[in-house]
Amino acid sequence: MAESDASMTTFVERMPRPPLVWNNHSMAWISDRIAGIVENKAPRWWWVSIAITASVAGFGTFCIFYLLFTGVGVWGNNIPVGWAWGITNFVFWIGIGHAGTLISAILHLCRQKWRTSINRAAEAMTLFAVMCAGIFPAIHVGRIWMIWFVAPVPNPNWIWPNFRSPLMWDVFAVSTYFTVSVLFWYLGLVPDLATMRDRAKGNVARAVYWVLSFGWRGGNRQWRHFDMAYLVLAGISTPLVLSVHSTVSFDFATSVLPGWHTTIFPPYFVAGAIFGGFAMVLTLMLPARSLYKLHDVFTWDHIDVMCKLLLFTGSIVGYAYVMEWFVAFYGANPFERFAFLNRYFGPYWWASWSMFGCNVIMPQLMWVRAFRRNWAIVYFVSMCANAGMWFERFVIFVISLHRDFLPSAWRMYYPTWVDVFTFVGTIGIFVTLFLLFIRFLPMVAMSEVKSVLPEADPHYHPPGPAGEGAVKEVQV
Amino acid sequence: MSAASLSKPAFAVVAEFPSAGALYEAAEKVRDAGFRFWDVHSPFEIHGMNKAMGLGKSTLGYIIFCGGFLGFTTAALLEFIPSSYLFPLIVHGKPVNFYTNPPFFPIMFELTILFSAFTAFFGVFIMNRLPRMHHPLFNYEPFKRVTNDAFFLVIESVDPKFSEIGTREFLEGIGGKEVTLIYAND
Repeated sequence: MAESDASMTTFVERMPRPPLVWNNHSMAWISDRIAGIVENKAPRWWWVSIAITASVAGFGTFCIFYLLFTGVGVWGNNIPVGWAWGITNFVFWIGIGHAGTLISAILHLCRQKWRTSINRAAEAMTLFAVMCAGIFPAIHVGRIWMIWFVAPVPNPNWIWPNFRSPLMWDVFAVSTYFTVSVLFWYLGLVPDLATMRDRAKGNVARAVYWVLSFGWRGGNRQWRHFDMAYLVLAGISTPLVLSVHSTVSFDFATSVLPGWHTTIFPPYFVAGAIFGGFAMVLTLMLPARSLYKLHDVFTWDHIDVMCKLLLFTGSIVGYAYVMEWFVAFYGANPFERFAFLNRYFGPYWWASWSMFGCNVIMPQLMWVRAFRRNWAIVYFVSMCANAGMWFERFVIFVISLHRDFLPSAWRMYYPTWVDVFTFVGTIGIFVTLFLLFIRFLPMVAMSEVKSVLPEADPHYHPPGPAGEGAVKEVQV
Repeated sequence: MSAASLSKPAFAVVAEFPSAGALYEAAEKVRDAGFRFWDVHSPFEIHGMNKAMGLGKSTLGYIIFCGGFLGFTTAALLEFIPSSYLFPLIVHGKPVNFYTNPPFFPIMFELTILFSAFTAFFGVFIMNRLPRMHHPLFNYEPFKRVTNDAFFLVIESVDPKFSEIGTREFLEGIGGKEVTLIYAND
């Protein structure tokens, strides 16, 4: 007994926590490296990338205006497939945003310190994804000048909106989500904008950063309230992020359509959203890390943890797919059974199997440590997840609608060029906004990364000559 | 000290400390010496500094609770008044009564969150008396490094225990470097 206790003690002492910032960089190095991205001239690849993405975004905007001036008939939607790519893209983009809020809120409550390297960029990604998401329901109303009917005000005939409609819940959920995400993101940005202000060379830049940082001075009497606000925002964003995709799923789950009418939808949608969002964070941050040489800040350990989250959420999604099959057969509802047979063996079988392969099979590669630390494999799996999550929404919405109850009402759905280029255009808008973000704002939360360095701990003692002291003594 | 600077009122004495740990230990000593109008400035929030400074928990949480409650009430009124009196609708064939409340919950939840978030965001700046476009500390050139990697301790002249010479000596005694007197704006 005593012997095992002793061996336990040595074991704990020999297991120091891996550093979150590699190569023992100083606080000044972090400021220089992160703020330098904004202060130095834009590299050539940035101009080339933004030229391409802005052109794509421009063509997407043309498609949006073409739809608004012509009508929703330019899309391939027709009864029974009244909701097609529009809703698919909406749910796809809104789901992407969820990883940002998960990283900034839930991981903050769980005291996951590694989040500090990626939370800023992930939150920015959330904002841009929600902006792209908001485009689709807005333009799908057809008569855009009537969009104010979704506001909680009576129309000129004194008719009020129905507050018990899931579509109304969605309006509140998504607009609250966007607003809270902006506030949370900006609050975290204030100390870093103060850093930019104090480093600024020109008077104009200093004045702009001064206004944006509200004159932040970094006193502990300020940090005290700041920390409380940050904690509360994390606390309220946690149920918020879980509720947003639940509310989105209610749009379908409260209907009577086979394939939509299931109680598993809210958790299944939330897990899928986080899965897709983490894939998008990796898709954006892996190139940004290499191009801006952030290897010591956004390390392989970070990528490793994110891959594990990808594996975990991908497996939850896989469980949900299998559970849907089981319930369809166990439930003994012939329409439900048909919906699931048709999903995997009907005319859109390729979409369902792509979804299953990309979301459930491919992430299983992440069980292997060597694969989690291989640039190409991680990027390939995250791209699979991006595509797979888009297919998932297409499968749920279009396949369930195209063959509902009466065979005489069945109809295949084919997208038009406007459908395709509006979606591609929102990818352009998303990447353009992200490129502008990394150009003009610090893409890593400098003050938060500094706070997780070993020397930020007030009880830290610098390591002695033999390296002892770096690892704190542990009492077992 | 020159004669010109003597004519200006002093704002504070500033001392620089080499690390977060040194600042933490200095803050404990300033707290024990009984100063009231002072602060420590750092590039990030130092864990446990509130205790070292003798400050309690921020009261912002209670204000946010009030904001959230206001949001909840707003949503309840916004939903129930139109749905019960102004434009009653029959939804899923159910009457409007206590037992058919749950479909009203999502909007109540969302507005509670929304109002709490606004209260948190604006509350933190109001309680910190920000935005403030100028502050005497910014007259001190090295203070710019506070957002990079420097740690400062500031004792203000409004403190009853403050004296230009005595406070300087006190800060030097507890390990402060570059102890400097800062003047208020004209």
